[in-house]
Amino acid sequence: MLSHELSANQIKEKIIKREITAQEIVEELFEWINLKEPLIKAYLCLDKEGALLKAKEVDKKLDNGEKVGLLAGVPVALKDNICTVGIKTTCASKILENFIPPYDAFVVKRIKEEDAIIIGKANLDEFAMGSSNENSAFHITRNPWNTDCIPGGSGGGPAAAVTADMAFMALGSDTGGSVRQPSAFCGNVGCKPTYGRVSRYGLVAFASSLDQIGSVTKDVYDAALLLQVVSGHDGFDSTSATVGVPDYLSDINNVDGNLRIGVPKEFFGEGLNSEVGSAVMNALEIYKRNGAELVDLSLPHCGYAVATYYIIATAEASSNLARYDGVRYGHRSQLSEDNIIDMYSRVRAEGFGSEVKRRILFGNYVLSAGFYEAYYLKASKVRNLIKNDFEDAFKKVDCIISPTCPTPAFRIGEKITDPLQMYLSDIYTIPANLVGIPGISIPCGFTNTGLPIGMQILGKHFDEGKILKVAKLFENETDFHLKKPNLIEPEPKKGIDI
Amino acid sequence: MKYEVVMGLETHAELDTESKLFCGCSTKFGSEPNTQTCPVCLGLPGVLPVMNKKAFEHSLKAALTLNCEISKFTNFDRKSYYYPDLPKNYQTSQNYFNIGNNGYVDIVVKGKEKRIDIHNVHLEEEAGKLIHPETSGANYSLVDFNRAGVPLLEIVTQPDMRNVEEVESYMQALRNILLYIGVSDCKMQEGSLRFEVSISLREKGSNVLGNRVEIKNLNSMKAVLKVLAYEMSRQSSLLDKGENVLMETRLWDDVDSVSRRMRSKEEAHDYRYFPEPDLVPIWIDQEWINEIRATIPELPVDKHQRFVNEYSISDYDAGILTEDKHLADYFEECVGLSQDSPKELSNWIINDVLRELNERKTNVQDFIVSPKMLVELVKIKPTIGSSIAKDVFGEMINTGRTAPSIVKEKNLTQIDDVSELNDIVTKVIEDNPKAAEDYGQGKKSALTFLIGQTMKITRGKANPKILTKILMERLSAGSK
Amino acid sequence: MDISVKEIEHIANLSRITLTVDEKKTFAKQLTNILDYIEKLNELDTDEVQPMAYATSLKNVFREDKLKSSFSRQEILELSPSSTNGFFKVPKVIE
Ligand SMILES: [Mg+2]
Ligand SMILES: [Zn+2]
Repeated sequence: MLSHELSANQIKEKIIKREITAQEIVEELFEWINLKEPLIKAYLCLDKEGALLKAKEVDKKLDNGEKVGLLAGVPVALKDNICTVGIKTTCASKILENFIPPYDAFVVKRIKEEDAIIIGKANLDEFAMGSSNENSAFHITRNPWNTDCIPGGSGGGPAAAVTADMAFMALGSDTGGSVRQPSAFCGNVGCKPTYGRVSRYGLVAFASSLDQIGSVTKDVYDAALLLQVVSGHDGFDSTSATVGVPDYLSDINNVDGNLRIGVPKEFFGEGLNSEVGSAVMNALEIYKRNGAELVDLSLPHCGYAVATYYIIATAEASSNLARYDGVRYGHRSQLSEDNIIDMYSRVRAEGFGSEVKRRILFGNYVLSAGFYEAYYLKASKVRNLIKNDFEDAFKKVDCIISPTCPTPAFRIGEKITDPLQMYLSDIYTIPANLVGIPGISIPCGFTNTGLPIGMQILGKHFDEGKILKVAKLFENETDFHLKKPNLIEPEPKKGIDI
Repeated sequence: MKYEVVMGLETHAELDTESKLFCGCSTKFGSEPNTQTCPVCLGLPGVLPVMNKKAFEHSLKAALTLNCEISKFTNFDRKSYYYPDLPKNYQTSQNYFNIGNNGYVDIVVKGKEKRIDIHNVHLEEEAGKLIHPETSGANYSLVDFNRAGVPLLEIVTQPDMRNVEEVESYMQALRNILLYIGVSDCKMQEGSLRFEVSISLREKGSNVLGNRVEIKNLNSMKAVLKVLAYEMSRQSSLLDKGENVLMETRLWDDVDSVSRRMRSKEEAHDYRYFPEPDLVPIWIDQEWINEIRATIPELPVDKHQRFVNEYSISDYDAGILTEDKHLADYFEECVGLSQDSPKELSNWIINDVLRELNERKTNVQDFIVSPKMLVELVKIKPTIGSSIAKDVFGEMINTGRTAPSIVKEKNLTQIDDVSELNDIVTKVIEDNPKAAEDYGQGKKSALTFLIGQTMKITRGKANPKILTKILMERLSAGSK
Repeated sequence: MDISVKEIEHIANLSRITLTVDEKKTFAKQLTNILDYIEKLNELDTDEVQPMAYATSLKNVFREDKLKSSFSRQEILELSPSSTNGFFKVPKVIE
């Protein structure tokens, strides 16, 4: 096995044991990236120089016998909506094309402290708005399992990078499924922690009450490892939880007690692809064989989650994105500027892509005079009903299992003209964001055409430890997570317009 | 005038804190542009607000002092509008759950009490400052974000005021309260205290409100009173002509003394308020309220009454002393040092101290004569006499020295010693036999002349009472 | 409910985004579709339901009133497309 194919924890062990140096890893990884990135296009920006510098620092620490961090020498990719000092943070938007933050996000500080190596910034749908990566202002990332397919969104870049072994792990953001859905489509482990578990400081906001930083990794242990590093209280985020961070790693292989798994009927109904459905059903059988009790559930208001989400997410986004006006940073129109209102309107017309414009318009519509109660307030109430559904469910079960997405990865261009169809691909991931609970997507099978299928495990607030264990139990019984895509350049086909 | 005027006031007071509302930048006034800014108050991508506790407690204190009902639950809302001095293009403010509601301020106008109802008190963030260069042809404006994010308290009245005297009295009372409780320095020249007025006219006896005009950003009470007078005449002449008053926002032009329609705010307001998801709600329990209430000092009205009762000074004097909290504190500090002469201390402060403060345009807090120094002067006064005491006071202001040291150095202590004065008087009578004779023949002015001669010799130090007594005795004895 | 081109123009103005004629038409159609979908929320009676505006149960989060050092003015102004003499520069604002 080549070094870049190892998991993050495996490579870390090798580095610590001095079987390989961090510099060697970085050199080898970048060689591989140079080879495969033209096919996958997972990154918006790579920082080999910075990575080598950090690698040398880690090697030097080890040479001197100094203590090294939990992620010593592990190359990590960051979704490009996470701020990094001195490295462009564009959100895949023209409006921030040249923005270089003078500060690191909280999570970036944390992984640096633990001696991780940042290798680059990965592609996303502009401002994390999308489910396919087709909304990036710069280029489309390809699904490594089938380059005609989308890698999922908005975090298609981080997921594709990890799948193609172009990063050992990645951090992304999950507002309606943007870590879990691309992880499902690319065959990774994608973990969205409880809202507040990880500080949002330095994550460029899309929808503040839904956004949460999450991890994309090659296996469940790595997910626990990365979560261990980035969790915890931060005084610069008012919504950062003060709940203590447990040790996720030490007994990850021990599911305690009799596991009760909730199976909500609303997640297995109309619109669910049959291959996806049966893969998840098979997975449930594996749990049953391992002593788990399956409990049939109903989450009656989940059918309203997408509608609720699109009101709340766009309302918050319309105001979060108001700051991009060309005054203090970012894009400024080259056209003549005789009046400030025209300047704003041109900067934003030129700087934002159509999905972002659509959501800003819709968000302003639902908040505008006369509509607040009918839309925003109504949605906030339904959000509470959905939350109650989950609270009731968690009185009966330890976790809830469902497909991560109703279908496997779809083809590039397939849904781009129908925003509503695109939005509905997040139907199973959205409820966790509305309620604020943690969720993890793990590989649970493949379609006949060889596309990965993801299974979602949802837990109670701050019960990440439990869902990681439940995920690990399945992983220990299966080898879906070890499968690698065959990264061979396909024959050029006609008629595919990118 | 055949119309009734209906007026309401919105007051913005910058709260007195070290750091801004949501970040650690300084709130100091007058620094170089954009030197008190950071990613948070500039609205850079990815940064988040964290509430300044002191700013919130100041607001709570103000709401309590203004007799508001305190909401158990409060939160913050985003108010959206685009303006280059507003970094995020939304202002974090309160709309649905204000800190305080339904309060009041009692004012006195022409001896009559009136209650002005407060609609709400809420906390929000200040905007930055726009500068429009004077250079002709300059087609740009400049932005300084040093003020952006300074905590700002907004106090909104009901449209309760019916004449400018009430407005003036309300403004003064409110300013006084905010100063008294120490939540704002209320420096109008620095924009710490600003007013917005709304004014509408209606036929006397009518219950229907007329179309309301709002006038923004008035930086002095004088400007408020001027703009109200202007608007009353503008609106009444429109109504007289049978024309409509437009519902609009106007700006006061202090140079030309006119109000003008604001061009930039022509579009209808649609602030799209919704709860600020980057902050969490604040629950206020009774214990916290009690804690804050305990920090509220005695208010001007109560202090006024207490001064009259406790120190037996006149109602008028107590009014002057309590108009400025610092002056009242100065007085009480004096009284604390010398309980026996509140009336005299009050006279000194009202006549002499205030005169000097006005002349020197300084605050009593910065006044060179401390309460201790004033008390020393008042204590030493019987030994130097009133007129020398005034001179010594002047000398204290000029040099910063204490009364005893000036008196000692210049040897200004009165001569009270009867035998010493007797000797001097003997000499004066000997030197001025004519005057002594005139007095004996009933010419009373001769006495004044002889006192003057004695004062000349003693350089004004002779105790005038004792001297007069001795002289009169001696002269009457001599004439027998 | 339909969103008209005229309403799109109004929201675009509120949003400070200039739209082309084509964009207006497309957005009017797409937003109408989304709005139709969202109408399903009206199936639910929410009169007695409290709104949930926060995804956290945290309350009363404060910082102490303390100064914190920031970046230099130069570092901050360097981010801006247009600045002069320590100020950010914008097209003339008329009040
Ligand atoms: Mg206000
Ligand atoms: Zn700041």
